[in-house]
Amino acid sequence: MDYALIVLIELLRAVAGLVLIAAGLAIIFGMMRVINIAHGEFLMLGGYTVVLTTKLGVNLWVAILVLAPLFVGVFGIIVERCIIQFLYNRLLDSILATWGLSLLLIGAVTVVFGNTVEGVATPLGGFDIGDYKMASYTLVLIFAAALILAAIYAVLRYTRFGLIARSTMQNPNMAEALGVNSKLVYMATFGIGAALTGLAGGLLAPIAGVVPSMGIYFIGQAFITVVTGGTAIVAGTLSASTMLGTLSQSVTFLSGPVFGDAALLLVALILLRLLPQGITGRIFSRSL
Amino acid sequence: MAAFGYWRGVALVAAVFLAILLFVPAWFDLFEVLQMTQYVVLAIYALSLAYIWGFGGIISFGQAGFFGLGGYAFAVISINMGETTVPFLLTIALCFAFAAVLGYFMFYGRLSDVYLGVVTLVVALIMWKLISHTAGPEYAIGKARLGGFNGIPSIPIMQVPFTDREMDPGEMFQYFMGLLIFVYLLLHVLIRSKFGRIAISIRENEVRTGLLGYDIRRYKLMVFSIGGALGGASGAMWATYQTFIDPNAFSLEMSAKCLIWVMAGGVGTLVGPIVGVVALQYLSLKLGETAFMNNLVILGIVLVLLVLLMPRGIVPTLHDWLRKALALARQPSRRGAP
Repeated sequence: MDYALIVLIELLRAVAGLVLIAAGLAIIFGMMRVINIAHGEFLMLGGYTVVLTTKLGVNLWVAILVLAPLFVGVFGIIVERCIIQFLYNRLLDSILATWGLSLLLIGAVTVVFGNTVEGVATPLGGFDIGDYKMASYTLVLIFAAALILAAIYAVLRYTRFGLIARSTMQNPNMAEALGVNSKLVYMATFGIGAALTGLAGGLLAPIAGVVPSMGIYFIGQAFITVVTGGTAIVAGTLSASTMLGTLSQSVTFLSGPVFGDAALLLVALILLRLLPQGITGRIFSRSL
Repeated sequence: MAAFGYWRGVALVAAVFLAILLFVPAWFDLFEVLQMTQYVVLAIYALSLAYIWGFGGIISFGQAGFFGLGGYAFAVISINMGETTVPFLLTIALCFAFAAVLGYFMFYGRLSDVYLGVVTLVVALIMWKLISHTAGPEYAIGKARLGGFNGIPSIPIMQVPFTDREMDPGEMFQYFMGLLIFVYLLLHVLIRSKFGRIAISIRENEVRTGLLGYDIRRYKLMVFSIGGALGGASGAMWATYQTFIDPNAFSLEMSAKCLIWVMAGGVGTLVGPIVGVVALQYLSLKLGETAFMNNLVILGIVLVLLVLLMPRGIVPTLHDWLRKALALARQPSRRGAP
């Protein structure tokens, strides 16, 4: 019974992990059809923000919840102004340019901070479930993932900004004609996506080693989740994360973490063969 | 007439390559020959992407997957067989088959460009992860231990085909250069064949080609598999050239480099990417010597600038400038004519 509960929490943690790393990418891809290969490096920057500011004595929660998203969000806006804005509707070029940005960031951070693993202690300690011990921080991650999805849904569905953003994504010309400054909307959307990614990087910093190349470990999963999910941001991310997270975590339980990743890819490939537009291309196609 | 001009250009390039093949080992010292062997191997790797991207419209962000697979397959097979000719051929066949299986899922699922890029990228990433975690002694295929991050050492040096005499560096350079010329000509023949023309028309307009009755999925699958086989061949050559292979062969950096060479050289040409390999590898070698900057920083800057300023590649852009300059130079004389 206790073991079953542990397994359940671990599965939820895997799903939450995928939601966290994919949410920012889903916004940028789903809204703007820009694939940001530097996504993993945005996560890395979020992690570094937390590591560095806590070393300077900033409260860990302030660093994770305020500074990481703020810094990466501002950085994202700068990137959008300098690179991405010239590459809308040039999908392949935007992929290549963000790839260059990703290499640049890995290299630059390596030069400045060195190729060493940094980390912050996992806060909150643990709690007991029968004979087993569980880190309380796991629950924070699950809770944060749920909250982020709920927030994205609420903003898109119920606020004026969400309405404008959705209309711009559907038909930028029509939105312009109705007085929307689509450039500003794109910029803000990219900034919000980047900020969410920074938040995810910050949240992951206490449980993952922060290294310049840490993005590589997340980017594959993030992309597969977004591609499998399709264009609907909330429904796509949630359904793909649930399906892939559960599957890969189950395989991990049975045969180790490496094969968990391989299973994730294999399932995604077969899914894409069946549903080329992603899960939300066929099912829940009218959802957000 | 146009066809004649086309083949004249190809023949010229091939002749230059042939001259390099004949004279380089005699004229340059050992270190430079080894350096150039590296360029030749990477040129074949670049051609594998240049072909599928420029002449089939398939962009693979994970070409390193084939490069690494070729390297590891060659290492494992040749260590077990103790020779190199058959393993080289087997490696190429294996990479062709792997590309075909992967391509089946992608093309028969009718994935669009973007998804294609992401899927190939992720495949290469996962292979990198898998092979990095094979450190224990239980991960061995026959006599070859996969070795995790440490890679596979003491891979046999390429032998003269169908004999067991190892090539010396000069011979290996000539053999690889010969392969490069062969691949270059083969790709040109392929591009000018009916198959190649259909592949190009798919690149130009997929829907229209499909409506004309061609099964685009099959053609794309074929182009992609040929690219995979070439990528695998270059990986095998890399492994025997270094007598060593490690998981970095699968790395994102390796995939990115390939894209950068092809982009820099110009998509839609075959000479361009070869020039791109030599120019950029030389540049990063020189900049690396000064230890002035991290290699990744340079690669990243080059890629971003290429996309923003010269999206069509260096060779086509220079070509255009040259033509414009010539036109300008001619204009006054034309005006002067009666």
